[in-house]
Amino acid sequence: MLDRAGTPPKDDTTRRVRFRGAGFVPASSRFGGWIALALVIALWQAAGSGGLVNPLFLPAPSAIVRAIYELAVSGALWQHLSASLLRIGVGWLLGTAAGIVVGFAIGLSRLARSVGITFISALFPIPKIALLPLLILWLGIGEEPKIATIALGVFFSTAISVYSGVDGVPRNLIRMAQSFNVPFATIVRKVIWPGALPAILAGFRITASVALLLVVSAEMIGAQYGIGAFVLQAGNLMQTDQLLAGVVILSVFGLVVGRVINLLETRLLHWR
Amino acid sequence: MDLIANHISHRFGDLAVLDDVSFTVSAGEVVAIVGPSGCGKSTLLSILGGLLQPSSGAPELRGTPPADSLNPLTFVFQDFALLPWATVEENVEFPLLHAQLSAAQRHALVDDALHRTGLTDFRKTYPKQLSGGMRQRVGISRALAVRPAILLMDEPLSALDSQTRELLMEDFVRLLADGGMGAVYVTHNLEEAARLADRIVVLSRRPGRIREVVSVPMTRTERGEIAAREKLLALQNQIWSLIRNEAIDAEREVQHA
Repeated sequence: MLDRAGTPPKDDTTRRVRFRGAGFVPASSRFGGWIALALVIALWQAAGSGGLVNPLFLPAPSAIVRAIYELAVSGALWQHLSASLLRIGVGWLLGTAAGIVVGFAIGLSRLARSVGITFISALFPIPKIALLPLLILWLGIGEEPKIATIALGVFFSTAISVYSGVDGVPRNLIRMAQSFNVPFATIVRKVIWPGALPAILAGFRITASVALLLVVSAEMIGAQYGIGAFVLQAGNLMQTDQLLAGVVILSVFGLVVGRVINLLETRLLHWR
Repeated sequence: MDLIANHISHRFGDLAVLDDVSFTVSAGEVVAIVGPSGCGKSTLLSILGGLLQPSSGAPELRGTPPADSLNPLTFVFQDFALLPWATVEENVEFPLLHAQLSAAQRHALVDDALHRTGLTDFRKTYPKQLSGGMRQRVGISRALAVRPAILLMDEPLSALDSQTRELLMEDFVRLLADGGMGAVYVTHNLEEAARLADRIVVLSRRPGRIREVVSVPMTRTERGEIAAREKLLALQNQIWSLIRNEAIDAEREVQHA
């Protein structure tokens, strides 16, 4: 029986129900990752400073930082970085623009879907870097084949994420718009575009990585300047501190792009 | 303006869903469609509203809609169908964007629709911030904004809890009170049908055929009174007896599917 306050009387057998609902929650602590990273770097540095690791095979973090600083002071960093950024920027924009147009066409037109998916299925699995020699043959030795390689890699991933996004727009929203006689163009602009945007932005995350991968590969095959060319050159000269400096710069670039996409998602997908 | 179901039949591939369904919804009349699960109620409503092409027969309109009607046949959806990236106000304004209206006229229609559904204070809110009942109010508000002649309501209360259903039912009664707007109300809830409809079309099990059309011999205002409850209950029992056995068969069929 309950007492007036609603608290049941206790006896010797009364015990608290054990909490069993902990864990299995996809959450992370705010600083955990940074602390782990700092620990690894500290251990790495200690191993390097203590002479436990040959600096030729694995230079200490301080040597890598010094190499980046020297590259920055000499102006070589900007020279290589600007060459890579230009290729990535132009290639990514061209590939993304074409991918969005083709992705929307596939998502909205039965004919475009029949043709487009066939071609994309056939061409998407080809490693785009394998096409670089052919592109050099077509476009000459210069920036164009490298940019075209990046654009091709970005195009396919973008087109796939866009038409998947369009396919994923809830049909009930489209039917709602049709029930109000909303014109096709307005449905695309006001329903399908915002509905597909989460998938499109997720695609940007992938295509940024694809662009980075392809620019490094293309620069390793045929470029005088660029982070890929710099890393290859440093490797050939056994300058592992410079090689890893290039790798760190690529990593930072990836982090910056990820951050920009996070900001875009926060701004454009605040309704989620 | 009358809405006519003219010998409508429909098949999904080999599956016959509707078979020769004909009835008329007169101007200002509320017609409920009830029947066992899977009898084609929602399919019929989609066909009536022009969202689905029937296999044979046709939905037809007779007469002219009110001059100020921007979308004579307007749906209220079971799942609300709100744009999650748009605020309440933007959702209500959405069907008006392509109409030949000035911004001031548009805003006036939105304001009026929000006021009629008690949403004025929530105009800047996003759907995810609202309860199910409030979301359906936004759906109703959006429908009212285009000044419909006939509302096509597909189980508009079925996703809501019983208290919210009761509150929204009161809203429907109020909105349909003056007879200026008709409605086709698809529901599996006989109480809702008896409370709201002037006539109840009872469909048979799939393929849905009209089994009976039952008139409700009371005004909607009278139905809200305690004295009317017994009569309404008798009416519900009458309809339930028509569909009970088929509802049991339909449920078993769904479970075995």
